[in-house]
Amino acid sequence: MALPLFPPEHDPGPDFVGLLRLTTDRAGSAAPFLDGSRPVEAPHGTTVVALRFADGVVMAGDRRATAGNIIAHNAIEKVFPADRYSAVAIAGTAGMAMEMVRLFQVQLEHYEKVEGSTLSLEGKANQLAQMVRQHLPLAMQGLAVVPLFAGYDTMRGTGRIFNYDVTGGHYEDTDFQATGSGGRDARNTVKLGWREGLPRDEALDLAIQSLYDAADEDSATGGPDLVRGIYPIVAVVDATGYREVPGDEVGERFGALIARRQAERAR
Amino acid sequence: MSMPFYVAPEQVMKDRAEYAQKGIARGRSLVATTYDVGIAMVAENPSRSLHKISEIYDRIAFGGVGKYNEYDQLRVAGVRHADTKGYAFSREDVDARSLANLYAQYLGNVFTHEMKPLEVEILVAELGTEENHEQDQLYHIAYDGFVSDEEHFAVLGGDAEAVAERIRDAWRADWDMAAAVKAAAAALAGPDRTLGAGDLEVATLSRGNGRRTFRRIEEEELAVLLA
Repeated sequence: MALPLFPPEHDPGPDFVGLLRLTTDRAGSAAPFLDGSRPVEAPHGTTVVALRFADGVVMAGDRRATAGNIIAHNAIEKVFPADRYSAVAIAGTAGMAMEMVRLFQVQLEHYEKVEGSTLSLEGKANQLAQMVRQHLPLAMQGLAVVPLFAGYDTMRGTGRIFNYDVTGGHYEDTDFQATGSGGRDARNTVKLGWREGLPRDEALDLAIQSLYDAADEDSATGGPDLVRGIYPIVAVVDATGYREVPGDEVGERFGALIARRQAERAR
Repeated sequence: MSMPFYVAPEQVMKDRAEYAQKGIARGRSLVATTYDVGIAMVAENPSRSLHKISEIYDRIAFGGVGKYNEYDQLRVAGVRHADTKGYAFSREDVDARSLANLYAQYLGNVFTHEMKPLEVEILVAELGTEENHEQDQLYHIAYDGFVSDEEHFAVLGGDAEAVAERIRDAWRADWDMAAAVKAAAAALAGPDRTLGAGDLEVATLSRGNGRRTFRRIEEEELAVLLA
């Protein structure tokens, strides 16, 4: 290993992906192995949801990964901090998606350190779009990754949500969005309960309820696992940055939700 | 064909060293010192944007004195090395020692083989584990690739000997950040001047700061520390 110095005409600048391409063949090296004749069966992550509230955004994801009709993993994490003021959640092929998140996290931090300033939220969203687009050949073979990106825009002072498709197309959603196999069900629940300026408490409950309803309708979405104490990951991004909501608090909120539903049935 | 003049290798090295030293002496100095929960780095630098001190990785910081464009290029190379290593292996596998060795190798190579040596001195600081102060490390790398593993504090720049003398007298193992920064500022200033918050660039690597331990102390906060 030598010090990575480049002549000016080949300098990758603050781009970590470009740097990797120059120093190793890791980036995008999986493509040639697959011939496309048979789709690959790999664990898939499912439902993630993001919604804007008064102080920022709430993001949540269930914990299940499936491979066909098998539950491949019952405690997988799908919501990650992208950097201090943004979060990324993933649906799609778990292995590919996790690797994309890892690369995205390094990309943002690398830019920040090399340039001495952070990217705008829009800039971060565009960076992620490029990564999704580069992944398109693999997506065509059944290894799609569709992330959801949300963050607190420090310049505008508001939470923002970006939704992606497999081609890297990204669309800003003003209020809420969900993706993954149970995304439609989760979105329906959020749509019914969402209003402008939701307080934190209600926003968290709405996110939790939406995942609960998605798990009710979609077999690939995991509900709260009361036996093992495994609950969806819920994170909040606001002016103070990214924070994961403690598992105990999520557990209590699920407990309250279940008690409410039981009371409704008993009536 | 004309024969080149013979110059003794001793003379070549001496000339190069003198050239580099002169370049470094033109710039201002930098002090790094350990304190009760971390490492503080203090540099005389009136610029708010052209930094002498920067973040390399979670627990590693970089300090450079001399020619800005030359040490900044080394800083970026350090960030690239650390980020690629952390991405390929794991974040815990990135360490200051291997980075200091790479810098030394490069600086030594340039010093002996290139037309012009780099007019820089650099510091690679690494914060030890959350529990163990003994593992804090300060690697001082000179323009010719000479590495020294400094204990407690390190001084870079033209007037290093005199500054080191002053900080040596003031140094305490258990002082807090304010005391360390104050003493470092006084050591940089010397007996005849005082340096205010506007003349200094200060950053710390501190325990209990989460994953990324590097933090810049901005001017307002610095003014309070120096008061």
